[in-house]
Formats: sequence, structure tokens, C-alpha cells
Amino acid sequence: MKPSAFQYERPEDLQAALALLASGEDTRILAGGQSLVPMMNYRLAQPDVLVDINRLSELDYIKDDGDVIAIGALARHAAIKSSSLIQAHLPIIAEAYSWIAHAAVRNRGTLCGNLCHADAASEMPAIMQILEAEMVVSKVGSNRTVAARDFFVGVYETTIEADEILTEVRLPKPGAGTGWGFEEVAMRRGDYAWCTVVATLRLSDGRIAEPRIALAGVEDCATRLAAAETALKGQAPNASLFDDVAEAAAKATRPSASATSDAAYKRDLVRALLPRVLNDAVARST
Amino acid sequence: MTKRSIELTVNGRLRKATVPPRMLLSDFIRQELSLPGTHVGCEHGVCGSCNVVVNGQAVRSCLMFAVQAEGAEITTVEGLAQGDALHPIQQAFWEEHGLQCGFCTPGMLATAQELLAQNPDPSDDEIREAISGNLCRCTGYEFIISAIRSAAAKLREANTETTLQPV
Ligand SMILES: Cc1cc2nc3c(=O)[nH]c(=O)nc-3n(C[C@H](O)[C@H](O)[C@H](O)COP(=O)(O)OP(=O)(O)OC[C@H]3O[C@@H](n4cnc5c(N)ncnc54)[C@H](O)[C@@H]3O)c2cc1C
Ligand code: FES
Ligand code: FES
Repeated sequence: MKPSAFQYERPEDLQAALALLASGEDTRILAGGQSLVPMMNYRLAQPDVLVDINRLSELDYIKDDGDVIAIGALARHAAIKSSSLIQAHLPIIAEAYSWIAHAAVRNRGTLCGNLCHADAASEMPAIMQILEAEMVVSKVGSNRTVAARDFFVGVYETTIEADEILTEVRLPKPGAGTGWGFEEVAMRRGDYAWCTVVATLRLSDGRIAEPRIALAGVEDCATRLAAAETALKGQAPNASLFDDVAEAAAKATRPSASATSDAAYKRDLVRALLPRVLNDAVARST
Repeated sequence: MTKRSIELTVNGRLRKATVPPRMLLSDFIRQELSLPGTHVGCEHGVCGSCNVVVNGQAVRSCLMFAVQAEGAEITTVEGLAQGDALHPIQQAFWEEHGLQCGFCTPGMLATAQELLAQNPDPSDDEIREAISGNLCRCTGYEFIISAIRSAAAKLREANTETTLQPV
């Protein structure tokens, strides 16, 4: 359980980090290390060159940028969880963090590292999808912006290339009156999810507007539930509607079985959690 | 690969060393600094027995490389007691039977230190949540929760702030 040898680089600014990644060598970015170091200890990852970005203090921020909240690559889970900006505008993120890992892991781990790691059972990719976040990806000489729905490709797979850094996540502030819901079942608190259901919606004249729902932990990749959203749009919230939508979503989903939970159980969780999340979102919308 | 020189403060003492980049902070503390109180259970971040306090925060020392601790201030379990006098958190673990084999204890203490510095009067639920990342195979956790509750009271009474700096 010891990592194989590597060359260690600790650039002091983003340009230097990008230049190292562009060197053509087998490089890997080290952010909080809370997913990468376990993989290196198991030798599932054996990079030749480790580019430690922990000194890029220019990327350590959570800031109000008008209609969006911008989170830099070095913002740690713990800082985001306790941020007053996040609690005021995006309480769903603060709530989700009480389900993600443990204090000692959150002290080091970063949101951007979490998104780049793209574990199928990770909560934040689902939240990024319902918030319709934008990912700012940089490499030497250029930046590109990727919508959350295009960012996640599969298990441990994103659109990030080896010479790129996810430098910022841009989270649009939800419109006034938006309600949200978050439910998760995992083996223990702080473990990766067996099933996470997240939703935001508004009520307009007593009818559901802009419903956005996503699952994590169930399929290979966090997924928006487009059919459920369509079925809810324009409807007055009620228990039998929510049950029908949950039933259809549970049938439609393609759960991946894991060592600790099977596909049928995950379907049951979708069926049970979705109505709860919708009820919470309705109760929180004004 | 090329070794790197590092300088850091551990339990109030400045330490200098030359380490290969792949050396984990946990191995550095145990083997290079001969401070074996920090335990290593899983080496992949799950058990919490390797938790130490780095710059005021509890972190997994098995998920950091020693080179990353350049310039850091670290407290390990060896830095808690003052001579023969146990730290109030250690005293509370002793009195409340917060340990049996003691394997998880150094990590529990680091976690409790951070919790009580941030929240001097935690509820039992908050204590449970705080130690959710530390596995104990012996106690069934209840005595650890009592110990942390009692430590919180001791520290409040003594009106001493738990400093996360070496004591
Ligand atoms: C005990 C334990 C429990 C956990 N439970 C959960 C959980 O319930 N839910 C959950 O979601 N996560 C969980 N995690 C993982 C945790 O959230 C990690 O912090 C996160 O997955 C990775 O973030 P990091 O900053 O530590 O990244 P690292 O481990 O440093 O990097 C992860 C990967 O992303 C790449 N990378 C990092 N930053 C960037 C960047 N800015 N641009 C491009 N690539 C980058 C790295 O090269 C690497 O491939 C847990 C971890 C542990 C140890
Ligand atoms: S040894 Fe570090 S968490 Fe288990
Ligand atoms: S006392 Fe033995 S593992 Fe906790």
C-alpha cells in the first residue's frame, strides 16, 4: 500500500501549472488528494509526474459574481459547506455536504477535484446538473466553458483532457422562490451514495415550474430525469402525481449494481426517495 | 526519484528532513520522526486512525505526502500531554473508558480536538457526526461519545480554549 515513485512538482501559479501539464509527460493533478492518493496507494494510479496545485492560492475562492457564484479549483469542501454565500443562495450544497465524506476528508478535498474524479456515486455531479453549472476549463493559451450536462461522460470519466485544469465552477443563483430537496441512502453517513435524489422547482400560480431532478449513485453517471421533469411541469403538486412520477422513474432507470447494493434495491430507493424530495422542494418554494 | 528537503514544526519542535516525494506523511511521522502514536489502519482514507492536526485542521496523514507538509504545524498524539499530565481530552477518554485496544484513539483525539475547538458544547448528534470518519472496532462508540461530551465540559469549565497549537 505504498505509491510508486513519481517526480513531484509544486507550481506557484496557474501558468506554471498549465505549462507542466503541457509538457507531454504522464502528469496528474494533485488537489485535495482524497481520491487520488488512495488510488496511488493502491497503485491504481501511477503518474510519472505529480503536479500539486495546492499552492495556487489564486484559485482558492468562493465569490459572488452577479448572477452566479464562482468557486475556484482550490476551494475545499469544508470552506464551501460553511460559506455564508453558499448557505444563502445554494443551501442544497451545504446540505449535500453533510452527506459527503467526513470532516477530515472535507478539510482537504476540493469541489473541482471531486467533479474531475467523477465517481458514479458522488453527489455533486447530480447537483451540478440541476443547477446547470458551467465548468471553466483552462489549458496553455485558452479557456473553454463546458455545461455540466456535457462534462460528465461516464464512470470516472469527464471531458477534461490531460493538459487541462478545471479552474472554476460557475453556479447560477436559483431564481427567487426556488425550493429544493435532497435525499440520500448510503451504507453509513459520509459514504458514497447508493441512491441520491436531488431536485429544485418553483411554484407559479400553484403549479410546478422549472422542475429539475437528478439521480446520483444509481447509474454509471449522474443523470437528469427529463421524463419526470416533463410529467411534472405545469401540474399542481399532489401525492398521487409524485408517486406516479417516481414509479415511472424507477422503471426507466438503468441501475448499476455495486458490491453493496443491487439494482432492484436501487430502483426501490428511487421510488421511495423521489416523492420525498419533491414534497420538500414544494414545501421550500415560496 | 529526487529527494526533497522539508522543514516543518511537529509538536512544537522544528524538524528538517530529506524525503522521497512518494513518502506518505503518516510514514514520515512514524518512521522518520519516530512518533509511532499516529496509527495506520487502512492507508486509503477510510478508518481515520492516522488523523493528525495540520495547521489547526484534522486531516488524514495517509492521504498527504510528507513533501506537502513543508512549512506546516502538526500536532500528533504525542504533543497532547504535558509531561505526566494528560490533556483534558485524553483524561476524559481515560475516565469514561473511551478506549479499549487504543488503536483508533490517536485519530479520535485529533478529531475531538478539532471539533471542540470549533464547537465547545456539541450535542451528541454533532459528536456522532464528527467521529463518523473514525472507525473503532472495540468500544461500540458510546463511551467515546461520553468521553468527548465530558472533555467538552472539562474544557468549558477550565475556561481554557482548546488550542490546536502544541500544548
Ligand atoms: C473516506 C472517504 C469518504 C468519501 N466520501 C465521499 C462521498 O460520500 N461523496 C463524494 O462525492 N466523495 C467522497 N469522497 C471523495 C472526496 O469527496 C474527494 O475529496 C474528491 O472526490 C476528490 O477531490 P480532491 O480535491 O481530493 O481531488 P484529488 O484526489 O486530488 O484528485 C481527484 C482526481 O481529479 C483530478 N483533479 C483534481 N483537481 C483537478 C482540477 N482542478 N482540474 C482537473 N483535474 C483535477 C486529479 O488528477 C485526480 O484524477 C470520500 C473520500 C474519502 C477518503
Ligand atoms: S490509515 Fe489513514 S484513514 Fe486509515
Ligand atoms: S479502542 Fe480498539 S479500535 Fe477503538
